[in-house]
Amino acid sequence: MVVMGVGQTEFGSHPDKSLPELFAQAFFEAFDSSNIELNEIEAIYLGNFVGEITDGSANLGGFVADEIGLSGVQAMRYESACCSSAVAFKEAYLAVKHGIYDCVLVGGVEKLKSAGTSIGTRALATALDGVYEVNTGLTFPGVFALVARLYSETYGISLEELRECMAHVSIKNHRFGAKNPKAQFYNKLGNLKVEDVLNSKMICSPLTLLDCCPMTDGASAVIVASEEFAKERIDEPIYVRGVGQSSAGSLFRQKREVVKALPRRKSSEMAYKMAGMSPKDIDVAFVHDCFTIAEIIALEAMGFFEYGEGARATAEGLTDLNGEIAVNVDGGLIGKGHPVGATGTAQIYSAVKLLRNELDFVKIDAENVMTDTLGGDFGTLVNVILSVHRR
Amino acid sequence: MFVDFFNELLNGRLIGLKCLDCGTVTCPPKSTCDNCRGRNLERVELSGYGRVVSYTVTYVAPMGYEKEVPYVVALVELDEGPWIVGRLDVDVEKAERENLIGRRVRVYGKEFQGEMFYPMEKRVVPMFEMV
Ligand SMILES: [Zn+2]
Repeated sequence: MVVMGVGQTEFGSHPDKSLPELFAQAFFEAFDSSNIELNEIEAIYLGNFVGEITDGSANLGGFVADEIGLSGVQAMRYESACCSSAVAFKEAYLAVKHGIYDCVLVGGVEKLKSAGTSIGTRALATALDGVYEVNTGLTFPGVFALVARLYSETYGISLEELRECMAHVSIKNHRFGAKNPKAQFYNKLGNLKVEDVLNSKMICSPLTLLDCCPMTDGASAVIVASEEFAKERIDEPIYVRGVGQSSAGSLFRQKREVVKALPRRKSSEMAYKMAGMSPKDIDVAFVHDCFTIAEIIALEAMGFFEYGEGARATAEGLTDLNGEIAVNVDGGLIGKGHPVGATGTAQIYSAVKLLRNELDFVKIDAENVMTDTLGGDFGTLVNVILSVHRR
Repeated sequence: MFVDFFNELLNGRLIGLKCLDCGTVTCPPKSTCDNCRGRNLERVELSGYGRVVSYTVTYVAPMGYEKEVPYVVALVELDEGPWIVGRLDVDVEKAERENLIGRRVRVYGKEFQGEMFYPMEKRVVPMFEMV
């Protein structure tokens, strides 16, 4: 399977657009760069997390199809929290790979910013264990705050040192986000210092506001197709070389293993194996930095650093441009924004743009790029490897 | 199963399931053994004691929980092995000032106001009292 055109709305605040209207903006950009006819799209795989809570709207497949002029086409909504559109992408991959469809639309849409912090925080908490976690008032910043302390204890890195290492994730991702015209923090927060992150408002100790990604409205869309279908229509197909997925139960059932993000190790190994690659073949990674600590444990589980070494590696600049692996050079979820159901295909958007040298604000010679999308407290994991090379 | 777990917690009993095949205790209860996936499970009462493995002071709460901030959510490893989530019954200042990881706690149940999405009319939270 290959990726043809890709699209992404500006991330931020879109209170004036319905979910289908917002998705249409991303779709048009993807469609207009795919050189296909509308009626060649055979199915729609749509990621959305909490449309029923934020906008009182579920069953989005048909509404989205109709909005973009494709009423009648098979249209499905996928929900796997923050991993929704990444799961949709994997499902589309299965269908195209096995010849069921030649060309389909995958994407996602979410409006969490417009919902407000209180409703948004409760909506996000629906991705926790519905009876044994949510009742305690646990939130997603809370989950990763628990993980941060566990990381500190497990690897013998003092909380003070870990907080400084985590601050470097925020500094780096905001630096890239400030340059990305589609990012929520475009032209903002591009020059943070460690003290700024440490001293910003405490959300769930030890995580401050600048350790957290924002609430975001946004949409993303990608057109994917069989190689055969794409080769007559576009010059620069991006090859989907590896796809992996895994799952896990509640946070407390994962016990100390939670800092190792084992489902992510499993899904990334699936992706590497399918691609015939290893971590050292990957030039750039777009990983799920919903919180600063989340980027660190993602990089370890994906095999870029040994367990327990990701925090110091980050502080040493090894995840920056010219480091060992350039990470989240589009700003990541922290700098670009995190419209939950749209995040998976937004990472694919950045990966494809980067591989085509079309990200004007960051130039890297990249041949293989990996994405990493996490749903909930490690409940759903998807990793995708994209390449300019067929094999 | 979960309703029984919380009602018993309010009565001062921490309930789990002991696997008759491998001996593992699963708590809170689950349809299969946390270790061997078996279904040969027997309801048991746990000691209610454990130690803190991680915690966070929450300052920004979800809708329905705002009046309770700041509160301390903790992960506790029970003496019988399972980990559970609850709230640490401790002064917030103390939780921020000291490292409470490893401290011994005893579990009890406390009832809080329900909220629109929670599937029980009352919302029971496992509380951890330092001992
Ligand atoms: Zn067993």
